[in-house]
Amino acid sequence: MAIIVDDNTKLVVQGITGYQGSYHSKAMMDFGTKVVAGTSPGKAGEKVNNIPVFDSVSEAIETTGANTSCIFVPAPFCKDAALEAIDAGIKTLVVVTEHLPVLDAIHFVSVARSRGITVIGPNCPGIASPGKAKVGILPNKIFKKGNIGVVSKSGTLTYEIVNSMTERGLGQSTCVGIGGDRVSGTSFIDILERFETDKQTKQIVLVGEIGGTAEEEAAEYIKENIDKPVVAYVAGRTAPPGKRMGHAGAIIARGRGTAESKIKALVAAGVKVAKIPTDVPELLT
Amino acid sequence: MKLLEYKAKEVLKKYGIPVPEGFVVSSPDQIRAISGPVMVKAQVLTGGRGKAGGIKPAQTVEEARKVASAIIGMKIRGYISKEVLVERRLDVAKELYLGITIDRSRRSLVLMASPDGGMDIESVPENRILMISLDQFIGYQPFIGRKVASFMDLPKEQASQLANICQRMSELVMKEDAELAEINPLVVTKDRKVIAGDAKVTIDSDALFRHKEYQSLPEDLTPLEEKAKKLDIAFVQLDGNIGVIANGAGLTMATLDSINMFGGKAGVFLDLGGTDDPEKVKSAMLLMREARPKVILLNIFGGITKCDTVAKGVLDAIDSQKVAIPIVARIKGVNEEIARTMLKDAGMIPASGLSEAAELASKESLRSV
Repeated sequence: MAIIVDDNTKLVVQGITGYQGSYHSKAMMDFGTKVVAGTSPGKAGEKVNNIPVFDSVSEAIETTGANTSCIFVPAPFCKDAALEAIDAGIKTLVVVTEHLPVLDAIHFVSVARSRGITVIGPNCPGIASPGKAKVGILPNKIFKKGNIGVVSKSGTLTYEIVNSMTERGLGQSTCVGIGGDRVSGTSFIDILERFETDKQTKQIVLVGEIGGTAEEEAAEYIKENIDKPVVAYVAGRTAPPGKRMGHAGAIIARGRGTAESKIKALVAAGVKVAKIPTDVPELLT
Repeated sequence: MKLLEYKAKEVLKKYGIPVPEGFVVSSPDQIRAISGPVMVKAQVLTGGRGKAGGIKPAQTVEEARKVASAIIGMKIRGYISKEVLVERRLDVAKELYLGITIDRSRRSLVLMASPDGGMDIESVPENRILMISLDQFIGYQPFIGRKVASFMDLPKEQASQLANICQRMSELVMKEDAELAEINPLVVTKDRKVIAGDAKVTIDSDALFRHKEYQSLPEDLTPLEEKAKKLDIAFVQLDGNIGVIANGAGLTMATLDSINMFGGKAGVFLDLGGTDDPEKVKSAMLLMREARPKVILLNIFGGITKCDTVAKGVLDAIDSQKVAIPIVARIKGVNEEIARTMLKDAGMIPASGLSEAAELASKESLRSV
């Protein structure tokens, strides 16, 4: 089973001719992902790692049947690339690009969600289902096939935790880095819902961090809807408070958003919360 | 990028939102003439100016100069006011609140309004704050302004002024890529005008590539922060004595949490972002030396770069000048063992895991106190 990416994933890499696009398309193939196409306007006919390059996503889909896209294009062109993929009929979109203007993210995420398209990111490391497929930039070597679902806002911290699980022989069903930007295409709740119904997933690890209220909302959701055991870590217990401007953020947060508030909500929902990331494996059963 | 009040008010004015008449000066003798009573306001990128004595009334030019000379150079919550805004004093009948920002949960802009504006807005009960999501597909429409005006319970004439301000403010947010636009208080004057008493505007720094006009604005940074910013490294000064270098916000925070659990305290941290680029690691090491911590803890989780290359960067950085402080280094990824040996040979303390590294660094920091 696994979620979102698996053996059926046929990937087009948008921005394949750049350094990142070319390096990671190779790494994704090494992981086992079927990378069927790349795009780079004006470079149709070229090949990168033996993958055919097209001018547009629609041409790539027509020729190769791609159903998933991974976006590596620079931030100023990212909204265009995402909307192009959505318009062409891509069903799953993984946006690795960071430093995206928040209004651009709101725009294409709104369009995608209204059409039932899954967007992971922006500013995310991607998603990996060990033994099946990986879309994004997560390091290949840290994974091991298994039955633990991982969902995280963070990049390198996810690697740290997944690595510590793998070292203890605790494999993963799917690992999703949803991205740490203020507006993300997919929330903790969206992923929890999928893990709950995924047959391969037996336990869930949730990695959050301070800011926003996504962890508190996830805790509410877990309490009502998740029967599988959940282990969590929330980064930032000892982080300094940020310099704040204006009152708007505080009005929305209403006292939520701190590590204490998140940990309290998760514990109240029956989640085991690790004090430091390397304690996560010990809390898994 | 946060804008000072006077800059924010210039932006408001550009979109047709009424602001008090006024001007900015950086020295008291630049105040030549004022028409009637004024307020002299410190220009700093932080709240709480009024409580800190950074906002004072004045009636005459002499008085305004005197007040200005006290405020210019004043330090408010760590920020120095280099300029003051001198503006016409408003005859306040009522203070409202109006703001637009990002609502993460709803993935949209949200407009917030309250009839109870002013300094205590954060403790106003929820039912006195109206929150309206600005849906991507609906956008701003006049019905939103009508909703806000009716919530504020204003007479017709002021209600239409307010609705107009709502529309212009949402236009401002979208066209200027503002992640925050806030007017608090939004003043209803005794002669029934609706005017922005204060203004806070933050431009999305990720959108600066399409807003060249904001790129040259000065920011209130220390020389080290300035250097770090140029290198695209997040630099934060704290009050402990361990200097932490890590890659990625989550991992950096997790490193701080881990140090704390072993009794150590971070004095400064550098977050390289989600990269393990050896050049960036090297720059961070050099920056860290300038910050003078007692112990350095380097925690790099590598994705694509080889650990020995990163280790070489670290060694290059400390090679240029003799390092007397202990360095605990943990570099995870490809060729980990080679890197470990290289670091050990150079007199550093290699660690293999995050908690081991945190424990070693904390021990070293407590020893050197």
